[in-house]
Amino acid sequence: MGGQAHHHEESFISKFVFSHDHKMISKQFLVTAIVMGVVAVLLSVFFRLQLGWPGESFSILETFLGKWAPGGVLDRNAYLALVTIHGTIMVFFVLTGGLSGTFSNLLIPLQIGARDMASGFLNMLSYWFFFFSSILMISSLFVEGGAASGGWTVYPPLSALPQAMPGSGTGMTLWLISMVLFVVSSLLGGLNYVVTIINLRTKGMSMTRLPLTIWAFMVTAILGVLSFPVLVSAVVLLLMDRSMGTAFYLSDIFIGGEALDVTGGSPILYQHLFWFLGHPEVYIVLLPALGISSEVIATNARKPIFGYKAMVGSLLAIGFLSFIVWGHHMFVTGMNPFIGSVFVFTTLLIAIPSAVKAFNYITTLWRGNIRFSPAMLFSIGLVSTFVTGGLTGIILADSALDVNVHDTYFVVAHFHIVMGMSAIFGMLAGIYHWYPKMFGRMMNNKLGFVHFWITIVCGYGVFFPMHFVGIAGAPRRYYESSNFDFLNGVMDLQPLISTFAIVGAIGQLFFLFNFFYSIFYGQKSVQNPWKSNTLEWTTPVAHMHGNWDGPLPKVHRWAYDYSNPVHEEDFVPQTTPALPGEVMH
Amino acid sequence: MKLLILLVIVLGLVAAVQLSKVYQLSMSLRGKREEDISEADNRLNGNLWLAFMVAFYAGFIWLLVRYGDYAPPSASLHGEAVDWLMDFNMLIIFVVFFLVNTLLFWFSAKYYYRADRKAQFYAHDNKLELVWTVIPSIVLAILIAYGLQTWNDMTGEASDDAIRVELYSKQFDWTARYPGTDGEFGLVNYNLITPLNALGIVTEGGVQDALKEIELKIAKVESEIAYEKGHLIAEIEALEDKLHGDHHGHGHDEHADDHGHEGSFDAMASARIAEIEHMLASGKLTILTDAAYEAKEDKLYRLQRHRQRIMETRNFTYGEDLSAWDAGKDDQIVKGEFHLPLGREIEFVFRSRDVIHSAYMPHFRAQMNSVPGVPTRFKMTPIISTDSMRIILDNPDFDYVLLCNKVCGASHYNMQMKLVVESEESYEAWLAEQDEFLMKEDSEELEEEKATTEVASETITASL
Ligand code: HEM
Ligand SMILES: [Cu+2]
Ligand SMILES: [Cu+2]
Repeated sequence: MGGQAHHHEESFISKFVFSHDHKMISKQFLVTAIVMGVVAVLLSVFFRLQLGWPGESFSILETFLGKWAPGGVLDRNAYLALVTIHGTIMVFFVLTGGLSGTFSNLLIPLQIGARDMASGFLNMLSYWFFFFSSILMISSLFVEGGAASGGWTVYPPLSALPQAMPGSGTGMTLWLISMVLFVVSSLLGGLNYVVTIINLRTKGMSMTRLPLTIWAFMVTAILGVLSFPVLVSAVVLLLMDRSMGTAFYLSDIFIGGEALDVTGGSPILYQHLFWFLGHPEVYIVLLPALGISSEVIATNARKPIFGYKAMVGSLLAIGFLSFIVWGHHMFVTGMNPFIGSVFVFTTLLIAIPSAVKAFNYITTLWRGNIRFSPAMLFSIGLVSTFVTGGLTGIILADSALDVNVHDTYFVVAHFHIVMGMSAIFGMLAGIYHWYPKMFGRMMNNKLGFVHFWITIVCGYGVFFPMHFVGIAGAPRRYYESSNFDFLNGVMDLQPLISTFAIVGAIGQLFFLFNFFYSIFYGQKSVQNPWKSNTLEWTTPVAHMHGNWDGPLPKVHRWAYDYSNPVHEEDFVPQTTPALPGEVMH
Repeated sequence: MKLLILLVIVLGLVAAVQLSKVYQLSMSLRGKREEDISEADNRLNGNLWLAFMVAFYAGFIWLLVRYGDYAPPSASLHGEAVDWLMDFNMLIIFVVFFLVNTLLFWFSAKYYYRADRKAQFYAHDNKLELVWTVIPSIVLAILIAYGLQTWNDMTGEASDDAIRVELYSKQFDWTARYPGTDGEFGLVNYNLITPLNALGIVTEGGVQDALKEIELKIAKVESEIAYEKGHLIAEIEALEDKLHGDHHGHGHDEHADDHGHEGSFDAMASARIAEIEHMLASGKLTILTDAAYEAKEDKLYRLQRHRQRIMETRNFTYGEDLSAWDAGKDDQIVKGEFHLPLGREIEFVFRSRDVIHSAYMPHFRAQMNSVPGVPTRFKMTPIISTDSMRIILDNPDFDYVLLCNKVCGASHYNMQMKLVVESEESYEAWLAEQDEFLMKEDSEELEEEKATTEVASETITASL
């Protein structure tokens, strides 16, 4: 890359399919993620029907699922398969591949002033690995025996033994292979992001002038590069246990009328390896969303983000701590109680930088001049869900309390609010905010407002009551909980939750329509519609290779000079040189 | 019908597109741009935040009032401490939840965009930031200290006079085991699991039973392999080739004493051919695909390995000290429901046969995974009997349950066992009625018992 921008005719294939251009790759990631997201939401509606009205017949289930819902009632194995694939797609494909793939790709070169990623070719490979991994994951829904069904964490021995459940046959193999491809994609992407940020910043873009988006993407990429390889090891060992007769995770098992020839392995080993990725993974999902919301909130509150240094510091602290807390997922596996205590301590430490972030967001709004674009609404929503969901984490982190709520609906409530809703809100905020940059057109605000209010009401409507279901003692991954006398008191929440889920899912049509309609017919965008400071808004509206016509922009200030009293306008692009005598931040 | 639905969807989509186009046209006629969000829209969204806040809090309070104390009262000693800790945590969480969300929604509503205002440029304030780093740190330090103290109390060693109960999990039910009069659990080995010995308890009778069981299985597979037509025909052809074809070549250059071997080979081959022809004539033959045949051979190999492992258990444990072999004889094994005495410390030991399960007793604030190959423990003291709980909850049908709380397959959601807490006397009386395990060493008795449990074991194997 580099040098001058070049204009030349490209074939359809090299422009839209095997593109090396970060902006096109970003859009490829986004569209793939939206398709995967629609699938995952549909799956959740299917199993919410069963949970809300257990045993009742819904012809729509039979239409879509065929033999998995004989007579319109979801089959027990199919239920587990749907839950598993729903979780897998949401966590990995929508909120890891989709979120980072879209926004790291779009924004890293544009916001640091680079002509493209360090390696366009690896970037393209990253997308295509992601694409094939998605195809494999979806296709696993159609194989004999059904998709992987042991939960998105696929704990062995359940996932290792085809005798244990139908989903542990071909479906599980596809799941594992798909994950390996996914990790390759993620590593190629992550390395590229880190290298680009470190090496290709334009003149004047010191690390301390980086927008918070870029800091977040960098920490995310580092977490991914350090933790995903461990998942690959876990997955490869599991594949070997499944097909080569090894026993890394298996010991003393009698199943299917047969005593297996396995001793000496430990199922707990898998959990350590999995969660060594798994916990950083939740921050891989969350941090880009926090980065996006920092940017969107500062821009739309017309105020500098409060405490930039503290925001960067807390990102780094969260990133570091996320590697030493994985044991909080394993308090009831029989781990040594002392080690449990250590994990309690490290986990609760994370609450400190998280609290700092939340307070800084709120102070940023204080005495702001808040423009409620749909992106801003979603970002404020994110702060709310981040706080609400984060607080219940305090309970789960406390081992003595976790014993009682572990694997109940309380956990489902917690992680959907803090990770699911927050990250989805961040992603949607990013889409609304940078849509003009991606497609050169604006999305319709009115539809955006409707979309947001439906989404936040239904999101909380679905997940908030789940706390109460969980505290009453309802386990998660249950096909039905209405067969327990002691849970009768909370079971009338189930239809309510499912209704919110259905309405919320339908509400997403406002977004889908807006998104695809605006690609073709949306109002043409101007160069800097949101009056933002960052570099991406200095590029022309129409995409071009190399991003800037002529030389790269030069950076003179940080990204957050909004409403700086020294300046006339309420925003000061990073390319504006210091006024005579101006004190720089 | 489906066509109609499709039609409606397509028409709706077209209508939506046209409407949006009209809307946009009117916008551009008035010279309006999407990014210029009108003051009315800003004010509306600001007010919606307030409305949302009110609705959110109202919903929360409704949930609290209606479902808030639905957590059943704690029926265990440590559970009371856990509940206190929970309440303390919840209190702090509530305060922060309301405080932070209120500030967020209130600021959003208050500072909506007005063209004539400028936001206050307020980039950082080290003092303020220090305050909200230090205060959470202090609060968390308290939470950690309080939490870990409870945790240490819960997870310490069980006392010597604790009653030990083993909970054994498999797809999809629980079995409880009490150690019997000697207070010792018998050794277990998963290789010894048979329909009569579901926990694989190691006794001389158990080993014999397992051996017998495995021999039967081996014999069955062997006979299936023996009666495989395709492979028998192939075998005859190979033998005949050897007899007629190779014979001449050999005779020339081999020494005289080799003839003896050849002679015996010929005899054996002919005998085998006769045997196969007899089998072929018998009509009992099956035809397997190559893959199925290989699977059978594979199975045979695995069964033989299993037999070897059973033999090894014998070599391994059978020494001068016979007590390990006897400890299991008086173990009591119960299914369906198990009982615990009120006010006594119980130490549970969890074992699993197949996949990971998790023993979850929500009323006792107790949970521990049950992991194949890795026994786990948990101790607790029941303090409310089933009868008292029935009165407390005003529900004469109430029963404690043990649930499975780690996804383990199709019937995971229904893997439960009833638990009865009662006075120590009733508990002793109940326990005395439970059969001792006593794997019979006399094989004739064994056969008899097997005959009576034949039906039962068949269904068990089928469900495995
Ligand atoms: C469309 C809205 C959504 C609904 C209605 C929904 C509903 C649910 C429910 C009820 C479960 C638990 C089922 C059970 O335990 O039996 C579940 C599981 C899960 N969901 Fe969602 N969810 C939604 C969106 C999301 C999002 C945005 C994420 C992203 C983090 C997500 C991630 C997961 C994960 C990781 C699981 C666990 C799967 C497992 O148990 O293996 N979901 N979802
Ligand atoms: Cu974690
Ligand atoms: Cu189970």
